[in-house]
Amino acid sequence: MFDVLYFASLREQLSTEKEQIEQVQDVSTVASLKALLIARGGVWKEAFEGSIPLLVSINQQMATDDAAIQDGDEIAFFPPVTGG
Amino acid sequence: MYISVQPEDFDIADVMNQLCAKRKDIGAVVTFSGLVRDQSSTQNLITLELEHYPGMTEKALESIAQKAMQKWDIQDLAIIHRVGKLKPAENIVLVITISAHRKDAFDACSFLMDYLKTQAPFWKKETTVDGESWVASRKSDELAAKSWDE
Repeated sequence: MFDVLYFASLREQLSTEKEQIEQVQDVSTVASLKALLIARGGVWKEAFEGSIPLLVSINQQMATDDAAIQDGDEIAFFPPVTGG
Repeated sequence: MYISVQPEDFDIADVMNQLCAKRKDIGAVVTFSGLVRDQSSTQNLITLELEHYPGMTEKALESIAQKAMQKWDIQDLAIIHRVGKLKPAENIVLVITISAHRKDAFDACSFLMDYLKTQAPFWKKETTVDGESWVASRKSDELAAKSWDE
């Protein structure tokens, strides 16, 4: 099971703040999790294939699409940050 | 190191005095404070709302602070970033670096701000009389942060 979080404009676009996703065998990297979300179609496909490249973190550390994910991980997707 | 993510305002002099208290090795204090600026196209900003990723934000700031402490000869630092709904001209962020000499304090402070802007999970949403919109990230911020890696 993964805890998947969405922030800021992405959270609004998806109308989802947090969800749990059952781990299936072929979901072992960020890229494969993204593919699973894109397969939902609609706003999910639009958001993850959109012109704004989304950032990802695994267990609250910045990560990249090729990073491995495992059961129990907290994965967050968000737009480029704009603090400061 | 003093790191805080908070809705409350801060007092620059208080934070500076606390950092320097009981020290005699400090010759330079650099403070940067960022204010809420009206960058809306219609110049009618009502509030700027700061969303963040609780938990990760503190970790990211801690990691950026550690990098600065390793890279420059600074004795201590403070980072305070506000979250929640802020009004134009209010304080939003404070970075203070203290050192024996000014060069390290200046550079570390600049590095901290550049890194914070691209690495810490904060997002700004503007509310103007015309409605709400998320502030877009800036390429120049990304380039500024990258320039420290060279």
